[in-house]
Amino acid sequence: MHTSIRASASSEAAVSGLRPRSPGREVLRRLMRSKSATLGGTILVLLVATALAAPWLTPYEPLEMAPAERLQPPSIRHLLGTDVFGRDLFTRILFGARISLQTGLVSVTIAISIGVPLGLLSGFYGGTVDRLLMRLVDLMLTFPGILLALVIVAILGPNLLNAMLAVGISASPIYARVVRATVLAAKTQTYVEAAHAIGCANARIMVRHILPSTVAPIIVLGTLGVAGAIIAAAALSYLGLGARPPEPEWGALLAESRNYLRVAWWLTTFPGLAIMIAVLSINLLGDGLRDALDPRTQ
Amino acid sequence: MLQLVIKRLLLAIPTMAAVSVLVFLILHLVPGDPAIIFFGDQPVTPQRLEQVRRQMGLHRPLAVQYLDYAGGVLRGDLGRSIHQGTPVLEEVVSRIGSSAELAAAAFGVAAVLGLALGLLSALWRSTWVDAAAMLVALTGVSMPVFWLAAMLIYVFSLQLAWFPASGFGGLNRLVLPAVALGFVSSATLARIVRSSVLEVLWQPYVTTARSKGLGESTVVRRHVLKNAFIAVITVMGLQLGTLLSGAVITETVFARPGVGKLLVDAILNKDFPLVQGTVLFVAVVYIVVNLLVDLSYAYLDPRIRFE
Repeated sequence: MHTSIRASASSEAAVSGLRPRSPGREVLRRLMRSKSATLGGTILVLLVATALAAPWLTPYEPLEMAPAERLQPPSIRHLLGTDVFGRDLFTRILFGARISLQTGLVSVTIAISIGVPLGLLSGFYGGTVDRLLMRLVDLMLTFPGILLALVIVAILGPNLLNAMLAVGISASPIYARVVRATVLAAKTQTYVEAAHAIGCANARIMVRHILPSTVAPIIVLGTLGVAGAIIAAAALSYLGLGARPPEPEWGALLAESRNYLRVAWWLTTFPGLAIMIAVLSINLLGDGLRDALDPRTQ
Repeated sequence: MLQLVIKRLLLAIPTMAAVSVLVFLILHLVPGDPAIIFFGDQPVTPQRLEQVRRQMGLHRPLAVQYLDYAGGVLRGDLGRSIHQGTPVLEEVVSRIGSSAELAAAAFGVAAVLGLALGLLSALWRSTWVDAAAMLVALTGVSMPVFWLAAMLIYVFSLQLAWFPASGFGGLNRLVLPAVALGFVSSATLARIVRSSVLEVLWQPYVTTARSKGLGESTVVRRHVLKNAFIAVITVMGLQLGTLLSGAVITETVFARPGVGKLLVDAILNKDFPLVQGTVLFVAVVYIVVNLLVDLSYAYLDPRIRFE
């Protein structure tokens, strides 16, 4: 039965001279059509590549001090200048990209792994489970912006790992909300009813039949979330509640530069530009993904 | 309308109660004995520790302790700061002026800039004006507020010496922080104003207004802008969170003695009663302002009132 349907579908496609497109390829094609998304994606790929290749792109070490060359302005020797310990800023920003990009990814992974199961359970079971979980989500959303992250860091203690946890936990309610809404829509579909009818277990229905419909919104939200998480984690580091000097995380670099603004403008300017370029490229990509994955624009 | 006000007020009560539970739990979720945290890094004898435990009522059940705390909060007693020994409420109240001033000014900057950028790009859709305005908005969304703040300080106070770099008091100490904070929020606003204006521009009532011979500027002013304002208010309600937490960071950069700086310092000093008090204060302000936003939204858009 199964094979015969497949066969007829592919023969139909062969008749009309078209290969059936995989959904992934279709999305990629639509994404490439958007100039800004292509630009964002390209910059992001370059950034990730330079972060990975950091040790080969610079002759210096991120923690290597050279007291004789302290607070040098940008030059051929030190492309973006040096800090008060004579450390090369370009090198520190390159290595910082590893930390900051990872921080964004890890935070969002934490947010997704908390938010998605909550939303799935809440939407699937409804009733008391739903009411309780959504009350909790509403409560978390009562704390504006990074306030919840600040509270969590206050409880766990200030360091980079806890900052990622804090940013992840405080972002999770949004994923729970969006997944719940998608699940509520998917639950009423005939294929879910059919799965119930043939006796699938709830867990199997949730994972195999409902979860896939939440993938598109999670991808969009998660991409934009990485951008937000990079800024939030940098903010925590800037306040002294995340990565600590001498770690070259971008927010920590900015925190270190605070006392040298008058004498060394480059120490503030370039780490901030790095954050902005990274976040901007991710935002462009995320906006493009939203348009490409939104069935309404098809 | 009155019915709506009362309903919303009643709905806010359980939220505030839940927030107070969460804030109360902060002290108990911190790993370690609250009495030891109370002493911070000071050396302390076991007898004194036991005494403080009794004083803090830590031997009693958690629920009793919470009721005690909630009772105190209702009477305006938020506990005492560990470091200064002053009542937390007093500390918070003394900082409100500075933060309120910053929030209001930033709100103004955000509303004016956001509306202007959004309207420009919507009315000149698909031209270079649109592209430029949206690029500005996207840059704003992608910029950390503390970096923008530092760059403003570098250019306008250190290089040009137009404004002081830090402190509180007087209009000239307010300009830079308000611009830094307002710009970041205006970016989100601009994008939403743009899409809501574009939506309104194709509504039948706008076509009607045009076809009865109204000039384009009158159409925009009377029919389009009014609806754009509704978007502004809703978004500003949502943006208030960004504004409040942005204020925490902005105050730190500009060394402004506001509630946000109080919170950050309290966290760095492990002054937990102060952390609890400030968090409770900010959360309650957030709930109340959102309530006001909801109500003004209903006031401006009659469709919501009758739902």
